[in-house]
Amino acid sequence: MTDVEGTIMTEDLLRTPLYREHLALNARIVPFAGWEMPVQYAGIIEEHKAVRSSVGIFDVCHMAEFRFFGFEAFDSLQSIVTNDLHKIDELGSALYTVMCDEDGGIIDDLIVYHTGDLEYLIIANAANRQTDWDWITSHLPEGVEAVDESDRTGLIAVQGPQALEVIASLAGEGFEPPARFHIAEARLDEIPVLLARTGYTGEDGVEIVCHADHAVAVWRLLLSFAEVTPCGLGARDTLRLEMGYPLYGSDMDRGVDPISAGLGWVVPKAKTGYIGAEAISRVRESGPARKLVGLEVSEGVPRHEYPVLHEGTEVGKVASGTYSPTLAHGIATAYVPAELSAPGTELVIAIRRKEVAATVVRPPFVKQTSLSALSS
Amino acid sequence: MYPKDLKYDKEHEWVKLDGDVAIIGISDFAQDQLGEVVYVDLPSVGDEVAAGESFGEIESVKSVSELFSPLTGEIVEVNDALGDAPETVNEDAYGDGWMLKIKMSDAAELDELMSAEEYEAFIAEEA
Repeated sequence: MTDVEGTIMTEDLLRTPLYREHLALNARIVPFAGWEMPVQYAGIIEEHKAVRSSVGIFDVCHMAEFRFFGFEAFDSLQSIVTNDLHKIDELGSALYTVMCDEDGGIIDDLIVYHTGDLEYLIIANAANRQTDWDWITSHLPEGVEAVDESDRTGLIAVQGPQALEVIASLAGEGFEPPARFHIAEARLDEIPVLLARTGYTGEDGVEIVCHADHAVAVWRLLLSFAEVTPCGLGARDTLRLEMGYPLYGSDMDRGVDPISAGLGWVVPKAKTGYIGAEAISRVRESGPARKLVGLEVSEGVPRHEYPVLHEGTEVGKVASGTYSPTLAHGIATAYVPAELSAPGTELVIAIRRKEVAATVVRPPFVKQTSLSALSS
Repeated sequence: MYPKDLKYDKEHEWVKLDGDVAIIGISDFAQDQLGEVVYVDLPSVGDEVAAGESFGEIESVKSVSELFSPLTGEIVEVNDALGDAPETVNEDAYGDGWMLKIKMSDAAELDELMSAEEYEAFIAEEA
């Protein structure tokens, strides 16, 4: 038995404040985006199912947090991101967006939180921390204070149908959770935190933002509940792909615009004057040549870079692929020519020696979750 | 977790002898490294396998690995139950999680395999 895609990492890797907690929980540690992260504890499928049925917690302390403050903060950020920041005029509200270069290439996907008067918090992908910071700050006027809070900030995702019950019992009497896509201050057993009602699993829940020095205490508080399961990056990936949530580096990168990536909904048609607006609007008018689609297969597990075929010709490659623990079969995303992107289109994925039938579907792959119940 | 009555190869397969038939599976160490198995792709009865050559694939959520035959011979039985219940490899690697039964064509190949003690030492060295 030999690993088909063995990887060796030799560079210096960073560790989150929770690294020792993961070791104590017998996690399997892997290199990810320059960090030593837990990929699984008890097992990916078990952890995945815990999030879909009760509560899972994830160490996402590796992610980047940037804070912006000042009278020009709104206007300058509005000119950097594609989505319309007026949607979060209300204090405490949050917005998913991407930011692009002049050619419309996606630099990163982000969540922007309106945390205070004249103040915004941005949470970004760990692997893009430096790129994002350089890009944003190079487009800010001097009057905007920008602080990279990543090193002193802990982030723990608490996700699942019972996540809010766990948070409520830690927050004490009179606790009102923030609404979906909102952020609010709270105390969890006296520890001051921000609770963001956001996530990457398709389940209801929060992401707890805290001081890095408090991350271990928060983690242990959460684990004191019998219904809480520690979950690694493996389950995080299967959960997000079941929902069709894109992953930067697999489903999108600098070489693709948000329209082709299926993220037209974070680029309001009426908005102009932001970086990349002209290029994106040209793609929107002419229609993208290639589109990111969802694919379901009946056998085997599609994985990143596997060829996608149509009538014997390669028409694309798998962007993200995995085994769906909920559906018990393989699911994937891939960029294919627009004329092959309609749901129901029959394609083929070459899974090593086998060619497997794949059907284009409209994500999410899994429709019924605690989050879909919340918004219906 | 290394039964004494089995032999092992460096690719983490085990062999159990039953007359001139050899039963083949993967070790408990191997299944633990893989994590939850979701697919096992095995050859058909009547196929020939050769020592050191790939006879199939095993997939977990996160990775896919080739399966290598420790011995040369003809396949006389395949564990079809793994098609519907691949997790059996995790639950019972040395029992119900077996993969192939082959009729050995060269019993001398057994001498190339490791004993339980040798395999345990081999894993300790690899880790």
